[in-house]
Amino acid sequence: MFPELNNLLNVSPEKPEQGTFTLLCDAKTDGSFLVHHFLSFYLKANCKVCFVALLQSFSHYNIVGQKLGVNLIAARDRGQLVFLEGLKSTVEVLFGSEEQPNTLKFIRESGSDLTSWYELVQKALAPSGDGDAASWKCPVILVDDLSVLLSLGVQAVAILDFIQFCRVTVCCRLKGNVVALVHDSDRTEDEERTMLTNALGHQSSLILRAEGLATGFCKDVHGQLKILWRGLQQPKVEQTRSLTYQYKIQDKTVTFFAKGLSPAVL
Amino acid sequence: MLPLLGSRGDLVLLRDSVEWEGRSLLKALIREVALKGERVQVLGCEVSEEAFREGLDADTNRRLVYHDVFGDPQGWAGRGGPLGALRACVSGAEPGPCTLAVDSLSWLLLHAPCSALCQVLRALGRGSAHAGQIRVLGLLHEDVHGPGPLGALASLAHVEVTVGGGLGCTTARVLQPKPRHRPVEQTHWLSILPNFSLQFHGEPPLEAQLHRRPPSPTMVAMGDLTFNVHLSKKEREARDTLALPFHFSSEKQQSLLHPALASSTSQIFYEPDAEDYLDQEDPDNDLDI
Repeated sequence: MFPELNNLLNVSPEKPEQGTFTLLCDAKTDGSFLVHHFLSFYLKANCKVCFVALLQSFSHYNIVGQKLGVNLIAARDRGQLVFLEGLKSTVEVLFGSEEQPNTLKFIRESGSDLTSWYELVQKALAPSGDGDAASWKCPVILVDDLSVLLSLGVQAVAILDFIQFCRVTVCCRLKGNVVALVHDSDRTEDEERTMLTNALGHQSSLILRAEGLATGFCKDVHGQLKILWRGLQQPKVEQTRSLTYQYKIQDKTVTFFAKGLSPAVL
Repeated sequence: MLPLLGSRGDLVLLRDSVEWEGRSLLKALIREVALKGERVQVLGCEVSEEAFREGLDADTNRRLVYHDVFGDPQGWAGRGGPLGALRACVSGAEPGPCTLAVDSLSWLLLHAPCSALCQVLRALGRGSAHAGQIRVLGLLHEDVHGPGPLGALASLAHVEVTVGGGLGCTTARVLQPKPRHRPVEQTHWLSILPNFSLQFHGEPPLEAQLHRRPPSPTMVAMGDLTFNVHLSKKEREARDTLALPFHFSSEKQQSLLHPALASSTSQIFYEPDAEDYLDQEDPDNDLDI
């Protein structure tokens, strides 16, 4: 969790927002630091987190999580974190035997029906009724990242429906949150990916877009982050509905500063 | 009648983008219609009923009938698919003038073929109960679709409203295609208040004007000039009487033919340094050629 980002978004783990869909988006840079931020943020906020990891292994997230002050193994053991390791499942479904049960079995089929997957996520977050479960603040689904599904042959509309189902269940019924990362690209590169990113943007109430610098790689400025509040969630003063900051990723934190005001050049 | 609303029987397209969402404007237009006492049917595909009704006053909410597709995007509840839900909105409405708000046409386009959607939109209101009396307000996310579907829906529309914005102000660019005439285009500057009432500005706010107005090309061109292009009468006369250095006059000819004494008697004195070595045989030795 990066305290500076919390300040920019005006949130704190003591009082997380509820019923929101946050879209994380990266273009020409790696936006996974945002995923690590939200994973550690919601674990510290005492929310029940269902983490759908399609990009990295559990140990990777655990190592980064430890740097940010959360222990994923302990969170998983006490039932706060449900980790769906899509990376391993993808390999199994593509190269394993057909009879073997698998959460990503839909890839073998038409690739257009994520219902079984949604049911799995819903089951993971359903309140179980025991004392432990009741102590979690709100459920959260975190997906890293949706673009992998596109690469595996899933249709963009099926992904949009999956996210909509998640919003209906988690945001509306359970008053929780959905956070998903998607890679953006230029329109010329991949039209379906651009369509998915924009359509998800229309569903979201907050968009965090990490972009590489137009001038290329820089040692002291790793990129810029655009924050866009949409719809009713946006602040009342319209001038501040969109903010842009530059950032530098450090070992255990990320520092944000106004454009052109990097400490290295001041 | 508000120009953004068109008239009865019209299809009004509200085109928005991720940066400038159009749902607030759609809700503001619904409020305007409800204030006139009309009932509004809403086909909600992208937000929950609770979220859609949030912020609207009780009177508007009473006149609003919400058909919730959002909670059941794959039609498991048996509505006959997305287009079936669209038809059901109108068939279930009371006879007489009616407004149908579709939130959004983009969602329908992603779940149904474009041609089928266009056919249903054209067929709406041709039934006996609502002949020519249905106004359709359709939200369309223009950055989600290619030019084909956008063009097809634009050809059906009677009014196209494109939502944009400047500093602190929303713009609504209204385009009304007229058969056999040039389309009428108008830009409205407006603010959507928290209760979804519309506040029109006759002129864009000063800040937005400054932001919006492109810099004048002549001003930009003159910005870096090292000379003055606007001369007063006196300055112009002074400039005209000035003899230019390359202008060959009789005075100049005389000065060249009979050079002044001072210039002819000038000499160059050269004092070598004490440590300088002068090679008489090769005077250019120090040049290292």
